[in-house]
Amino acid sequence: MTIDSVRGAPDTPELAQPDRDGTELIQLLTPEGERVEHPDYPLDLTPDEIRGLYRDLVITRRIDLEAVALTRQGELGIWASLLGQEAAQIGSGRALTANDMVFPTYREHGVAWCREVEPLNLLGLFRGVNHGGWDPAEHGFHLYTIVIGSQTLHATGYAMGIQRDGVLGTDKAGATIAYFGDGATSQGDVNESFVFASVFNAPVVFFCQNNQWAISEPLEKQSRIPLYKRAQGYGFPGLRVDGNDVFACLAVTRKALEAARTGQGPTLVEAYTYRMGAHTTTDDPTRYRLKAEEEAWKLKDPIERVKAYLVRNEMADTAFFDDLDAEAKKFATELRKACLALPDPQPLAMFENVYADKHPLMTEEQEQFAAYLASFEGPVVSEGAAS
Amino acid sequence: MTRSTAQAQPAGNLPLAKALNEGMRKAMENDPKVLVMGEDVGKLGGVFRVTDGLQKDFGEERVIDTPLAESGIVGTAIGLALRGYRPVVEIQFDGFVFPAADQIITQLAKMHMRSLGALQLPVVIRIPCGGGIGAVEHHSESPENYFTHTAGLRVVACSNSADAYTMIQQSIASPDPVIFFEPKRRYWDKAPVDVEAAPADWRPLHDAHVVNPGEHVTVLAYGPSVKTCLEAAAAAAEEGRSLEVIDLRSLNPLDIDTVTESVNRTGRCVVVHEAPVFSGYGAELAARITERCFYRLESPVLRVGGFSTPYPPSRLEDHYLPDLDRILDAVDRTFAW
Repeated sequence: MTIDSVRGAPDTPELAQPDRDGTELIQLLTPEGERVEHPDYPLDLTPDEIRGLYRDLVITRRIDLEAVALTRQGELGIWASLLGQEAAQIGSGRALTANDMVFPTYREHGVAWCREVEPLNLLGLFRGVNHGGWDPAEHGFHLYTIVIGSQTLHATGYAMGIQRDGVLGTDKAGATIAYFGDGATSQGDVNESFVFASVFNAPVVFFCQNNQWAISEPLEKQSRIPLYKRAQGYGFPGLRVDGNDVFACLAVTRKALEAARTGQGPTLVEAYTYRMGAHTTTDDPTRYRLKAEEEAWKLKDPIERVKAYLVRNEMADTAFFDDLDAEAKKFATELRKACLALPDPQPLAMFENVYADKHPLMTEEQEQFAAYLASFEGPVVSEGAAS
Repeated sequence: MTRSTAQAQPAGNLPLAKALNEGMRKAMENDPKVLVMGEDVGKLGGVFRVTDGLQKDFGEERVIDTPLAESGIVGTAIGLALRGYRPVVEIQFDGFVFPAADQIITQLAKMHMRSLGALQLPVVIRIPCGGGIGAVEHHSESPENYFTHTAGLRVVACSNSADAYTMIQQSIASPDPVIFFEPKRRYWDKAPVDVEAAPADWRPLHDAHVVNPGEHVTVLAYGPSVKTCLEAAAAAAEEGRSLEVIDLRSLNPLDIDTVTESVNRTGRCVVVHEAPVFSGYGAELAARITERCFYRLESPVLRVGGFSTPYPPSRLEDHYLPDLDRILDAVDRTFAW
């Protein structure tokens, strides 16, 4: 039976063609590693900067790989892998300045890297020692938000605060950037954040990593038009960038942030990419998608194309790549060691920080629980003594 | 813009809505980071006029007419708080808070703990609550228990003009998020408000208040039910029964010591609220009182409240809402054990 509301999904090769409906995909580096120019997005990077981006990409992937391994070995409760999305995150993350504020989902490990959040802190969350162990203000990087789309409103409200501080257009100007995925675009909060950002002209960049899959649901279950085109309906610009192209993600995000900081309001950036791994370590993509699709996207790998560019232009030699691999490996080894050494929090700590001010119920329950725990510490009475 | 509150409204009788208005005005004068936001709070002054005149005096940047989206209002208020502002959010009616429940429960309440104390969320969410105004569906509800059950929120309910004036300012000053319930059918009730009293002399936000000392039965109430209980106490007095009425004022945290002291003296307790009795706030009170006053109790703690139905069409609300007779009936029953 066919009902009108259920359309067949486009076949895989078609899905992999971003421009199938006349959509323009902003790209500055092809999957083969060839530099292409775009009139609206000139980008002039030094070889050092390009090697720096490459290092970010490689180390981020290595951290992610280590976290997946730690989860398989039972050391983390779960992990949301960013495999395949490194360029979208590093490109946008390196576009940020100190005054900007990031509102991430739970998959933004690459952006966290750019904001100098200790990777160990990310692992701590997934290991269950805390819900986020960094100070957002110190890093300009808010805590990971797990409820889908909630943080887009926080980013918008924070941006409204920047407006009210009267700093837009000055050297103290900042913008916010809200990260979310394709599935999140169906959430009410994301749509409400578009409305608020639009009517208040708030300095926020909506950075949607369209990785094609919301756990098992393909994009067709979320939208019948390309996601970036939704921005028009809310009254601000939307554009689609090759999310596997770190150069393009950098250039596009830079421009959108600068527009926000100078009072030109929000932009929706759809970074067109692909989630190469499972949604999380508990997911099994073989149940809902074809291997052929993954293979097609492997050819667009975000790291390989930068490597090809570096080699082609003699900006890096074998020693550079070998050294970087060694550095990444060492980094991962130390991260693993530190993760295994993470102490469990003290039981009584769960009552702390529920409230900023004193709260009698927290005090009461903490004292009761402390007394209960202490009751196990007294002298052991043997059964013989009891009789 | 900085006109003195005392000049605007000399100490004297103020309607509860006006007392809230004056309290917010004072907070906005004292702290430029205080914002008011919500649907129709600007030019209109809110559907109950609680924010009347604030936008005129403080501007559209500080008194923000928002898009019609409750989750959006609370979500952006969180963002503003993270940027250092102190938003006071108006939810237009009790039944409209549910679209914002996700932001309140999953984000607002938990962010301080999530950040190990690094982030503070000084957001006040004002909710006109309760029935008795002949309204259509969703305009007469008492959703306090959804929020008292959520750790990380402070939940308070004012019952009169004097408390409205001080409690709204104390809530705005709190570093924690506060859900602030306003008894909508009492908005027009006038009572004396001392706008000259120093904040240090105000009753602490989370202290209960014995509003009618008595000997025979402790009656616990908050918000719109307090007035009904005082009327019940007056009626009972004519029959020689002395009811001690306590206005809880704060539901989370609860001032259990004031309650315990009273019940240990009277040995009898009736809890009154408009919310349905089943799994309501009275259940928590009954359990805690039983734990603390077990040997002093002459009868079980009895509860009088809304029935365990959705709020009925308004032609039936006089039957649904606890009234003087149902309260006195419960008082009688505490003597039947």
